Amino acid sequence: MAPLANLIVLEFCQYMSGPSAGLRLADLGAQVIKIERPGTGESGRQLSIKNLFADDNSILFHTINRHKQSYTADLKAPSDLAKIKKLIEQADVLMHNFRPGVMEKLGLDYESVHALNPRLVYGVISGYGSTGPWKQKPGQDLLLQSISGLSWLSGNRTSPPVPFGLSIADYMCGTHLTHGILAALIQRQKTKKGALIEVNLLSSLIDFQFEVITTHLNDKGRLPDRAASGNAHAYLSAPYGVYATKDGHLALAMEDLQFLRSALDLPEITDLLEDAFLHRDAIMTAIAGALRARTTGEWLSVFEPADIWCAEVLNYQQFTDHEGFKGMKLEQEIVLKDGQRLKTTRCPIRMDGEIFYSQQPAPGAGEHNQLIDTLFRLS
Amino acid sequence: MIKPLSDFVIIDFSQFLSGPAASLRLADLGARVIKIERPATGDISRHMYISDVEMNGASSVFHAINRNKESYTADLKKPEDRDRIIELIKKADVVMHNFRPGVMERLGLDYQQIRGIKPDIIYGEISGYGTEGPWKNKPGQDLLLQALSGMCFLSGNGDMGPVPMGISLVDIAAGGHLVQGILAGLLRRSISGEGALIQVSMLESACDLQFESISCFLNDGHELPDRTQQNNANAYLGAPYGIYQTADGYLAIAMVAVDKLGELINCKPLLKYKDPAGWYTLRDEIKSILSGHLTSQTTDYWLSILEPADIWCSTVFNWKQLLKHAGFKSLEMVQTVTMQDGYQFETTRCPITFDGQLLFAAKGTPALGQDNEAINGYMDAEKTINILKGAVNGEGR
Repeated sequence: MAPLANLIVLEFCQYMSGPSAGLRLADLGAQVIKIERPGTGESGRQLSIKNLFADDNSILFHTINRHKQSYTADLKAPSDLAKIKKLIEQADVLMHNFRPGVMEKLGLDYESVHALNPRLVYGVISGYGSTGPWKQKPGQDLLLQSISGLSWLSGNRTSPPVPFGLSIADYMCGTHLTHGILAALIQRQKTKKGALIEVNLLSSLIDFQFEVITTHLNDKGRLPDRAASGNAHAYLSAPYGVYATKDGHLALAMEDLQFLRSALDLPEITDLLEDAFLHRDAIMTAIAGALRARTTGEWLSVFEPADIWCAEVLNYQQFTDHEGFKGMKLEQEIVLKDGQRLKTTRCPIRMDGEIFYSQQPAPGAGEHNQLIDTLFRLS
Repeated sequence: MIKPLSDFVIIDFSQFLSGPAASLRLADLGARVIKIERPATGDISRHMYISDVEMNGASSVFHAINRNKESYTADLKKPEDRDRIIELIKKADVVMHNFRPGVMERLGLDYQQIRGIKPDIIYGEISGYGTEGPWKNKPGQDLLLQALSGMCFLSGNGDMGPVPMGISLVDIAAGGHLVQGILAGLLRRSISGEGALIQVSMLESACDLQFESISCFLNDGHELPDRTQQNNANAYLGAPYGIYQTADGYLAIAMVAVDKLGELINCKPLLKYKDPAGWYTLRDEIKSILSGHLTSQTTDYWLSILEPADIWCSTVFNWKQLLKHAGFKSLEMVQTVTMQDGYQFETTRCPITFDGQLLFAAKGTPALGQDNEAINGYMDAEKTINILKGAVNGEGR
């Protein structure tokens, strides 16, 4: 049995943070119903990456919203709102990522909804929390990366701020919401009461940086110092980084520098190894010079038998062609209503050896209105 | 407040970041986490320094990851220590580890053996690359996973070569996924009584982190991600999405219609980009025009025009600027924790708010083996009580 079977989740969310949480709960077995505005549905349907669409929705939307149902309702129309309230009475989880005040105006805030269904677990994602001077700022991933200091950790010393090239604030915040919701559901088994779970993108990015911010807080306020070149972590000493070889790139993690000194024949760095933090750039430069002489494959055949932590830097083509990827059965296919097939990744969690696959595609806006009206006796 | 996981006991054999980050979350949600460490040296990350900061005899990373836990040392190869561990597991709800495949089997502490002792145990494990396949014995180290999974071609500009992301994000994602699986397992157990084996790997987690871009690649004729030549922030998004230099700093601009942006900032060459499809296909030339224009004024100047127009934009802070801002302070994300010997340090708190309560936890990092005496004493006392109970009940007569 999927662990969240029989759980009803109402997702009043758009774009990525909330919907990525809904996707995880769906893959773990919950029935996730997107509540969307009639006609166009949630805005994420039109948010595309690379202008890619399948049917009327972006591939991005399909990726984040597969395995869900959709129920459209005009929350400002009393008759629709009454139906939604009936649905809420029967649900286990409600989650939303509107800006502060929106659900209050609709009368669907936690206090009001708690009165309808005291067992409901109510999850909220905001950009910057519900108080403070930033509470009305748009909670958008790049802006959060920019404000949280995160963009000073990648790239090299003279690079401008370099953002993470994926929506890391949305992703982490969605993860944290599922943690809170699942913990509340466990607690509900004992208390029979629901709970209000709140997360925000900024706190999630602070948590994401917890190791390095803790270091900063106890390090006389020193700021991160990215390596001059090949930087992979502003706080780790040589050789941690990425290096060009004759035919590609090699990543080297924390390693025995004495071994590298002799394997790469670099007697000139002997004195520098006394303080690898202080001399990080000089050591990395020397290693970079030596590694350029041979191919990545040649270096791997020297380093791997010696248990040096290293790896070839692959692109998506090389990665997805590799047996290491294929063997994990990481891809799955979803089938759209028009027969079109899309490939995507699957839930990364296995339970009792089972992999959770689902072919169910993202719903059209309002596709399940009739079904849900019947199932939950809404009309 | 009573925290949601306050009745649960977690026996955590994991080291470094991925597993310990997961047990930190469970601890902050209220669970009692007992960290099992080898005598004398303990978790390797106690002495794995990032920066040259030492805090009360251990690295800053170790403190960040392992506060709010107990430490119990045991030599798992010694029968008497192993017996103690088995007794502990009998009282626990969750066992977790992140050893390479085969290690727990050799110690007799793998899921099959543990469920024989404790059938409803939730057993969580994190591997690097799963338990089979050509990579299974490779070290599960964050940078290596970033390198192998294609992730290094998402950040930085087109001419920069591979650019790793400067946080151990695969570790953190894998820890997050383990928490999801463990909590789902505990929830199911509370309904059906069943235990569960929860497995995640850093490889699967690295894919999940990239689920948007890998899905795009798989449905797009295997086109590789193409970072813009300058101001790249996401290889898959059109202009102006990026961070731009201004006269006195930087400005981040997210999704906005390029012609509308041109109008607002009085940049005439942008006005001709009216077709949304072109914002992606012509993003290099748009970014080049925009970056030239934005250096003419300060960040605050641009914000004063763009924010009132509800354009998604932001200044770019470093931590010093962030930490002193009222917007950050109002979140109360920093807490002071205290170790058993009185040493105090500042760190961040759990990012989840429960019923309006912030989940602070005052307990600092455990010294190696600091809880052995208390835990052994408790187990011995219980043994004595059981013997006495047995005598009262007339057993053994």
